[in-house]
Amino acid sequence: MKRVRIIPALLIQKGGLVKSIRFKDHKYVGDPINAVKIFNEKEVDEIVVLDISASAEKRPPNIEKIKEIASEAFMPLGYGGGITNLEEIKMLITAGVEKTILNTAALTNPRLISDGAKYVGSQSIVVSIDVKKNIWGKYKVYGMNGSKNTGLDPVAFARQMEEAGAGEVLLNSIDKDGTFEGYDLDLISSVSSSVNIPVVAIGGASSTEDFTGAIRAGASAASAGSLFVFQRPLRAVLISYPSQAELKKKVFEKI
Amino acid sequence: MLVIIDYGVGNLASIRNMLKKAGYDSVISSDEAVISSAEKLILPGVGAFDTCAGKLQQSGLITILNRKVLEEHTPVLGVCVGMQLLTEGSEEGVLPGLGWIKGRVIRFRQDQLPAGTKIPHMGWTDVELSKPSRLFEGMYEEPRFYFVHSYHPDLADPGDALVRVNYGYTFVAGMEKENILGVQFHPEKSHKFGLKLLANFVNHY
Repeated sequence: MKRVRIIPALLIQKGGLVKSIRFKDHKYVGDPINAVKIFNEKEVDEIVVLDISASAEKRPPNIEKIKEIASEAFMPLGYGGGITNLEEIKMLITAGVEKTILNTAALTNPRLISDGAKYVGSQSIVVSIDVKKNIWGKYKVYGMNGSKNTGLDPVAFARQMEEAGAGEVLLNSIDKDGTFEGYDLDLISSVSSSVNIPVVAIGGASSTEDFTGAIRAGASAASAGSLFVFQRPLRAVLISYPSQAELKKKVFEKI
Repeated sequence: MLVIIDYGVGNLASIRNMLKKAGYDSVISSDEAVISSAEKLILPGVGAFDTCAGKLQQSGLITILNRKVLEEHTPVLGVCVGMQLLTEGSEEGVLPGLGWIKGRVIRFRQDQLPAGTKIPHMGWTDVELSKPSRLFEGMYEEPRFYFVHSYHPDLADPGDALVRVNYGYTFVAGMEKENILGVQFHPEKSHKFGLKLLANFVNHY
C-alpha cells in the first residue's frame, strides 16, 4: 500500500490562526500553538504554517513563535511567510522547521531558491505558487498573498523553480481557497506533469475523497485548510483529521 | 548520558525534543570530553553526504568516535545521513564514511522504479523488520515513519540489515550490527512510532 501525505495548512495573521475564502474574508479560528498541539495528537503526516501578513507588512519570520510551534510538532513542519534571505532560512531550520516555504521571495529574488537549496538542501526549500484564473480562463501566478498578478504562467514558473533547486511545489488555487468546491484538478495535472519534484495540491478540498482526486490528477500530496478547521455547513471551528482507517479506505487503496 | 553529536549539520533540537517527550534528557555537544563520557550516541545528518562527511572530518571527532564505538562498544544510532555515514561511502559523494558497517549508499535505481516514481522518496512509509531487534520492542502496530532521501544503503552483509522498506522496490532502510544502529527515516518526526524507537534505544542498549 502506498501512502501519500495529507497535510493540514494553518494560516496565521497578526499572531492568530485564521482561515480565508479565496484569500479574503479571514475568519479568526483560534490559537496556532493550540491547533498544532491538536494536530499532533491526531498524528497528522506533516503540517504547514503560513504567516500570510508577514510579507505585506515587510515583517521577518517571528523566530521565537516558530520555535514554540516547532517544539510541539512531532511531525515534519513547513513554515512560510516573510522569508527574504538565506540567513532567515538557516535560522528557521535551526528553530526546528524542516521545510522553508517561499512565495513572494521566489518571485522577486529567485536566486534565494538556489542559494537556499545549496545551503540547506532542496528538500528544505518549497516554493508556494498561488494561482488564479484570469477573465479569459488562463492561469496566472499571483504574488503578495494573492493581491498582485505577476502575469506568469504557473507551469513555466514551476519549471523555473525546479531548475533553480526547489524541492517541492505547494500549488494553491486562489479561486478554490476555502470554497469546499473540490481541488482544481486541471491546474494540478498541468503543473505536476511538467515537473519532476513533488507537487502538493491545496485549495478547495471538501472531503477525504477529494484527496484521492488530487493524487490521481498527479499531486504527490494533498493539503487543506478549511476542511481540517471547520465543520460545515456553518463553518463552526472544529479541528479534525481523518483516521488512518479512513485514509486507507478512501485514499491509499484508491490511488 | 545520551549525547547528540553536534558537528554542524541537521536539526538537532528536534531529536532532543522527541527524547524529552519520551521522558529522557540528552545533551547536544561537539565537546570531546562530553562525547568521551557519553553512554549512548546519536549521530544526526541531513543534506548532501559529502557536506556531512566533510563537516564530521572538520569537527575532529572521528578519532574519539572510533574509540567510543569500536573499542568501548558505546551504542550509537545514526539518523538519516547520519546512518549513511556509518557505511563506507556514498555514490552521492567522494568522501569516505566511517566504515563501521560494510557496504555503501547508492542512489535510487530509477530504471528499477515504476515510471513516474518521484525521487526523493518523501513521506510516510510502512517498515518491516529484517530481524528481531530491541529497537522495535513493543512497537505499535503497522509502524510507519517519515522519510526524505534520494539514496539508500546497499550493505555488503545482508545480516546487518534491520529494516526493509518498499518504495517502488524493496531496500534496506535501517541497520544493526552489535552496538551500531542506524535508520534512514526520521524517528524525531514520526510521532509515537519514532518516540517508541528512541525510547527503546535509551532503555535497551
